[in-house]
Amino acid sequence: MAPALKTKLSVENVSVTFKRDGKSTAVLENIDLEVREGEFVCLLGPSGCGKTTLLNAMAGFLSPTSGEIQVDGEVVRGPDPRRIFVFQERGVFPWLTVEGNIGFGLFKLPRAERERRIAHYIKMVGLEGFEKAYPPELSGGMKQRLEVARALAVNPDMLFLDEPFGALDSITRLVMRRELLRIWEAERKTIIFVTHDIDEAVQLADRVVVMSARPATIQEIVDIDISHPRDISAARYLELRDGIFKQIGLAHHV
Amino acid sequence: MNRRAWIRPLLFIAVLLILWEIAARRQTAHLLPGPWETAGGIADLVRHGLLLKYVVASLFRVTWGFLLAAVLAVPLGLTIGWYRRAEMAFNPIIQILRPISPLAWIPIAILWFGVGDVAAIFLIFLGSFLPLLLTAINAARSVPAVYVNAGRNFGLGPARLVYRVLYPAVVPQLIIGLRITLGIAWLVVVAAEMIAVNSGLGFLIIDARNAGNRYDLVVAGMVIIGVIGLLLDTGMRSLEKVKSFRWSYSED
Repeated sequence: MAPALKTKLSVENVSVTFKRDGKSTAVLENIDLEVREGEFVCLLGPSGCGKTTLLNAMAGFLSPTSGEIQVDGEVVRGPDPRRIFVFQERGVFPWLTVEGNIGFGLFKLPRAERERRIAHYIKMVGLEGFEKAYPPELSGGMKQRLEVARALAVNPDMLFLDEPFGALDSITRLVMRRELLRIWEAERKTIIFVTHDIDEAVQLADRVVVMSARPATIQEIVDIDISHPRDISAARYLELRDGIFKQIGLAHHV
Repeated sequence: MNRRAWIRPLLFIAVLLILWEIAARRQTAHLLPGPWETAGGIADLVRHGLLLKYVVASLFRVTWGFLLAAVLAVPLGLTIGWYRRAEMAFNPIIQILRPISPLAWIPIAILWFGVGDVAAIFLIFLGSFLPLLLTAINAARSVPAVYVNAGRNFGLGPARLVYRVLYPAVVPQLIIGLRITLGIAWLVVVAAEMIAVNSGLGFLIIDARNAGNRYDLVVAGMVIIGVIGLLLDTGMRSLEKVKSFRWSYSED
């Protein structure tokens, strides 16, 4: 990525400690991270290592115990429609149709503009013909695309994705990765993507942030210097993947 | 339901009616009127214009008692369920009041309101209030955090969050609670009318016995209560079929 791009998100010395029944558990410790505008960053680590906690803190759903998170130079104090969090497919509203879900965040727009955007994003994620369908009638992959479309419809400048494709079958997952890259290349949002899948991280990200076991620190940040579309049998791809695999091994003793 | 699905229960009812008629005709002491006699009782009630009058009287009380309870219990319950501390404060008193049958309040209802509609409505209100309150508390408590977070993420203020996320998220559970509670209200009205008023289906039953041992009218009243209860339940069930309400029954 061009180094001239400005910093979008900065995490400064962030720690998070959960208190429960008088016991406190350190989840994140001294996290420092800068994400540039338009960058695609993957947070990689095993389940339970605290990467979702970091994502929640970035999105404003929880405030760090110490340290500070800034977006565009402003301290994050809560969730904001300019930065949308995508919760696997569980986040779509089952009482709204596909149209209703995509239009959910557009309540401030005039009706015509709202309808134009709904139609645009229905087309973008390939849900034509399902405008009036309710989520229980959709497959897992369709619900996932619906949630991404709902997020994109409000034209946020950042997307937080929490293992968004974890619950999908492997073929749908491949298709969704390609879709996400296509959307990212078209719209140039800043994307923070949490995953425990090394291949997924190397296929998608500009940079992969490898997180250590709890309390999570940043083990290493790996630049993925391969252009899209990425050849997953190329020597450089395998080299980067194996390097990350080794880092994970160091961090988690596997 | 399709036509074929109706046939089986109707046939079964017909068989039961025939058996009942046979049994009633063979009895030596007159312990129970048969269906034919009961039908005659219903015809009598229609002829005297009492059937419609009593049905309307009972439905009037149920409607008011139930609606008043719903209007107060649902918002209160949702609020209590939403705030964990409120729930902790309210829970003991709810658990103490809950095992008290609404019928135990009959003497107090009459003391406060005299014999009449208000006393009966008050009893139905009492019988409906706690079940609805508990339903609403549970419904609010079980709204998945992910919906609330998504709503906040899209910039919804408190009022919009209630109206566009919390309310639709609790509706399916509320409908079930309303349906069950309407059944309870219909049970309570009959009992309340036996003591607290001079009209309605409960009054019909107790009056038919006291004023001349007209057991055909007693059973006629019971049959009418059953049929109306079925209609009320069917009406509430049809709400569950609304698509935007139905999600929680169809998923998982």
